Formats: sequence, structure tokens, C-alpha cells
Amino acid sequence: MSYYFCIVGTQDQPLFELEFGTSKQGGDGVARFSQEARQMNPFIVHSSLDFVDELQWTNSQMYLKRVDQFASSHVSTFLTPTSTRFMLLHLPHPPNTAPQSTPSPNSFPPFTPYTSTPASTTTAGRSSSSSTTSIPNNPTSPQTEEAIRAFFGEVFEIWMKAIMSPFASVEGKLGSPVFRQRVVAAGKKYL
Amino acid sequence: MATTAPSQPGPKPLSPPTTIQAASSTARTPQQPSQQHSGLRTPSNRKTIYDRNLNRTRTAELSRASFAYLFSEMVTYAQRRVTGIQDLERRLNEAGYPLGQRLLPLLLYRSSTPTHPHPRPTRILPLLQFIAHPLWRHLFARSADSIESSSTNPHEYMIVDNEPLVNQYISVPKEMSQLNCAAFVAGIVEGVAWAVGLQCAVSAHNAGEGDAMWPGKTVFLIRFDESVVKREAIK
Repeated sequence: MSYYFCIVGTQDQPLFELEFGTSKQGGDGVARFSQEARQMNPFIVHSSLDFVDELQWTNSQMYLKRVDQFASSHVSTFLTPTSTRFMLLHLPHPPNTAPQSTPSPNSFPPFTPYTSTPASTTTAGRSSSSSTTSIPNNPTSPQTEEAIRAFFGEVFEIWMKAIMSPFASVEGKLGSPVFRQRVVAAGKKYL
Repeated sequence: MATTAPSQPGPKPLSPPTTIQAASSTARTPQQPSQQHSGLRTPSNRKTIYDRNLNRTRTAELSRASFAYLFSEMVTYAQRRVTGIQDLERRLNEAGYPLGQRLLPLLLYRSSTPTHPHPRPTRILPLLQFIAHPLWRHLFARSADSIESSSTNPHEYMIVDNEPLVNQYISVPKEMSQLNCAAFVAGIVEGVAWAVGLQCAVSAHNAGEGDAMWPGKTVFLIRFDESVVKREAIK
């Protein structure tokens, strides 16, 4: 699974962005978005903000779970009490085409359903991780939901430490390299 | 949505506009010496704000004397730069606002457990209860004295404090009898309410006149926006 994580401020401005890949079950932690997907991700996340705005008043939990889906990309959200939103887009790799060493732009079109993915069954040695309930493959399973909850919980803590600084603004960009390191570590730990 | 720059270059060590930021939010952890950012400055003990614990214990309370001193300095500072009482109260209010914004997530985080996260207050009543109890207890070590709703105006709610801690060591001169320095606390309340998305204006008013028991009684008047009251009626 490839992940695109974005922290969105209350004025819908992005404060922090990060791309990473799955580290569980032998993943190498590298995002495998195609060039097209990489450009589309911010739009997909931005469009799901509308759902978050609605859920904000009906769901009083901070973790809103999966709020939106676009093609095979799923968006999960964590809403902090100050209405800053943590958006995580997760894109499962189609079972057979997953990590290729050099994904060419056409080999992995993310916005087409699985059925039409080219039958490039060339990647060997991926059978070990193709269980249907594992985190890397099934974005709707409860295991994935729990893993994302744990990830968001940790990021919430890191984010809070960042904004507790009297010199930081709640609406300011999170440019600290230490913050980035910590989020990357949380991603490695849980996803 | 415009994209942020993924990694900002570290602030230059000696350029004046960024020094505060450098000291507060950017520093290198000892575990990752490979992440060299030439301009970064590290505290001498190599600990950053990210190494701190968010769960401070009850013993980490501030002494009342030092708070009173700092607060009186704050009022004096604001007073030197304003034209009238309203302006002064506005300044105190603005000083409290960011505090409320930060206290809300902090207190919710502290009262949560990993399995049972504390819900966000999304309606007026839970919000007022959050302000009057957990928030007040955190700030003043006791709950607020009462929450009231206005009988004439559905937009207005009041939180009453019989003896605000912030006013305890402040003597207001006669010609400024309108002034209530608890505007600072009103700012905190406003910060909390805006953070959860319930827009409102909060002001502090003296209500102790003729009250033999509580001469310093203060009412925090919370006036919610039209949109908030409308949304409240829908559900």
C-alpha cells in the first residue's frame, strides 16, 4: 500500500505533506504512486474535506475512519479538536503488480479498477503478502482501520507537541525536520 | 490545493527574523545524526520539544505569586499601548485566545485513553460544560460557579465565576470601573469555542455590585453566532 499523508489547517491550507509506503510484511517503505497519481493525490484529499466538514458535526470522535474513496484510493481522516485535519490517502497495490523496481508511468495506472490492470504477473516472490486481510492489501479491513488509528494517535501526539510551542501558530506550516522524522517513524511503526 | 514544500530549509543561524522559530521548533535529535541541516541549532542537552512528555502531573503547578506578577505586567504592558478600556480588554482577550486553542486538544488528550478517546465537544452544552469544569479546573484548580443561559436571547450563555483568580490582585481605579481584566480569561474561552468551530464572542463583565458575599463576581457572556444557533436547532 502507498500512503499520502497531509495535515490540513482550518482554512483548508496544507500544513504538512508526506508520502510513504507500507513497511509491514516486508514492504520497503517507499511510496509507489505513479506520476499521475502523485499529482492527483492533493486533489483527492481536498475533495474529501467536504465529507469531513459534514461528519464534523455528526460524529464527535476524533478518528473519523474511512471517509471517502476515489477509484482505488481511500481516504481516512483524523479530526483534531481544533479542526485541523489529518488526511491519509491509502492506495493498495493490485495483488500482482505491486512493487516493481522501476514503475513506468503506464504500468500501474491507479485510477482504473483492478480488473483492467495489465496482467503483468512477472513479479515473483510476492505471494507471501497477498493475504486478503493484511494491512498492505485490504484498505477496508478492521486491521487496517486499527493500524491507521494507531498511526493517527501517534501523529496527534507529535502534532500537539509542535503546537504547544508558544512561538508556533496552530495555522502555521509544520516545517520542522524533527517533526517530519517523527511522523516517518510513526508510519514505519504502524503501517 | 497547493502543495507545501516537503521540507523547508532550516533557518539560518544568525538571521534575526527566524531565531525564535529556530529555538522553538527546529532542532536535531541525537538518534539521527545523519539528518544534517546546516542551519539548525540544537539545545545543549540535545532534547527538542518533541522529547517532552505531554502528561504533566498535578505537582507542576505555577505559584500564585509569580502568576499574579506576570499577569499584572501583562496588563501594564497592554495598558501603555491602548486608547481606551475597550481596546485594553481587546488586547487581553487576544492574549488569551491562543491559550484556549492549545488547551482544548491538550486537555482532551490527557483525559483520553488509547481505547476510549475523549469525544470532541460539538454542541453548545458539552462545550460549556467542558469550559466550566475541566478547563476551569486545569487553570484555576476549581470548577466555575455556574453556567446559565439567557432567558431573553437564545444566542447568549453565561459562565459565572464568583472570584476570578486573575482579578484577585488587581485593583481597578474608579475612573476605569468598566474594566474587567478577566477579559484575558474570556479570550481563553473564545479560543476554545472557535477551535471546535462554534463561533462566538466572549466578554467579561463585573456583576458583583451590591453583592455582599462576592464583590468580585464576574460573568463571562458568550454570544454565539447566528449560524451556530441554527445548526444547533437542526439536530
